[in-house]
Amino acid sequence: MNNTEKELLKMIADIDGTPSGAFNIRANGALSARHITENVDIKEKAGVSGIEIIIKPNTVGEKIHIPVIISQSGLTEMVYNDFIIGDNCDVEIVAGCGIHNCGSEESRHDGIHTFFVGKNAKVKYVEKHVGEGDGEGGKNMNPTTVINIDDGGYMEMETTQIKGIDSTKRITKARLSDNATLIVKEKLMTHGSQYAETDFTVDLDGENSSANVISRSVAKDRSNQLFVSRINGNNVCTGHTECDAIIMDDAHVSALPQITANHIDAALIHEAAIGKIAGEQLIKLMTLGLSEQQAEEQIVNGFLK
Amino acid sequence: MLELKNICFSAETEDGNEKQILKDVNLKIDDGFVVITGPNGGGKSTLAKIIAGIITPTSGQILLDGKDITNLSITERSNQGISFAFQQPVRFKGITVYDLISLAAGEEIDITKACGYLSQVGLCARDYINREVNASLSGGELKRIEIATVLARSTKVSIFDEPEAGIDLWSFNSLIKVFEKMHNTLGGSIIIISHQERILNIADKVVVIANGSVKDEGKKDDILPSLLHAADAACKVLTDALEV
Repeated sequence: MNNTEKELLKMIADIDGTPSGAFNIRANGALSARHITENVDIKEKAGVSGIEIIIKPNTVGEKIHIPVIISQSGLTEMVYNDFIIGDNCDVEIVAGCGIHNCGSEESRHDGIHTFFVGKNAKVKYVEKHVGEGDGEGGKNMNPTTVINIDDGGYMEMETTQIKGIDSTKRITKARLSDNATLIVKEKLMTHGSQYAETDFTVDLDGENSSANVISRSVAKDRSNQLFVSRINGNNVCTGHTECDAIIMDDAHVSALPQITANHIDAALIHEAAIGKIAGEQLIKLMTLGLSEQQAEEQIVNGFLK
Repeated sequence: MLELKNICFSAETEDGNEKQILKDVNLKIDDGFVVITGPNGGGKSTLAKIIAGIITPTSGQILLDGKDITNLSITERSNQGISFAFQQPVRFKGITVYDLISLAAGEEIDITKACGYLSQVGLCARDYINREVNASLSGGELKRIEIATVLARSTKVSIFDEPEAGIDLWSFNSLIKVFEKMHNTLGGSIIIISHQERILNIADKVVVIANGSVKDEGKKDDILPSLLHAADAACKVLTDALEV
């Protein structure tokens, strides 16, 4: 693995050297390194490109890394990864994809991640997307995440795309059983002429299930963002979706939160706000000695922290 | 020393007419406590914002230690040693109390030092240092954090626009102590816009601004009695009217 690839790996998965615990590193469309543990098995998926991550019931405290990097211009791939998280587990999974494209051809990573979260299991899923390289070729990613949470299960998904991805369509579909909980925290920044589309659909099927989908985004330059979030309350449940966007320069942002109650005891809330940086925020930071540009950076960095 | 020469400021009103907010204000502010007081709408806050560079005067000149700073930006004035505590503190999503104090100090300060500033304004630092400066904080809490940012800056000119507004009685006592300590340790000019008698009481100099002009200025002992007398008289008129 060369230095560019190592740097990418560090950025997307905080991997410096060899991670402890189970991991699977995919580089330029092929397996680069893999390690399994007694409780975490990782194997190739039959018939299609991708892996199966099987975590034994009652596994607690393990952290699993499954990063993907592409440094070869013109490489496009489609992978299917399945995560089977046993009952009563409490684990963290760090995914993420980094593309370094210096060439003129499109590099693209499309992935379908399917989660099966077992009864009373708890999982934190962290996903970071980064693109770099000054070639004319596009750096594109289209991740789809399908989430199934069994009774009493809990999943927290942290998804971040801070820079460099030219085009992305991120689809997340979740189905929750009784007493299951889903928390999604999305952070997104687009610049130049990038396009980012986010599409969440959460079905609160189970009694006392709950979902909280929070998105914070910043759109700079001429970039475009579309945020769609649908929460369907099909039982006694609570759902909240929030989109908060800062718009700058000549960017465009659309937010379409949609809540549907199919049950008398479904309590659903949506919030969406789009606005430029408040002038008084800039002034306050300027009275502390920051230039207007530095003030803007601080506000954006804080917002996406 | 801060000097304001012939400061005028006009603004357009909603009905399109021009309103003169400040008319030919001349002021010399030496080191020490200067309290600017006067009726609401008299132009006090506008004057403070003109000193900080947030509002540009229509005409006139501002000198800091003899140097003309009239055309300097907010950032440049800040770097020349002017600090400003807003009457209504600004909220930020994601920026923590620690971040704000660190930015004010101009460097990454250690947590103990940041907590020190918060303790001075009567906040239990541990509970606040990692909180976001957002709508979850009350008006009074934000106000104290605002004052802490000015403390962290330690500049030669510190302006506080109605620092006591929204602060409870207990904190008010510590607020007075904060200003006294600033005065003793920092020196420089501490300019406070206030209506509070107890803040007027610690002033070296009192400036009365009404209808956009300096109505009166001088040592506290010379100005305060007539100010309080005027206030008593106004109250008497009101009491008499109620009794009739």
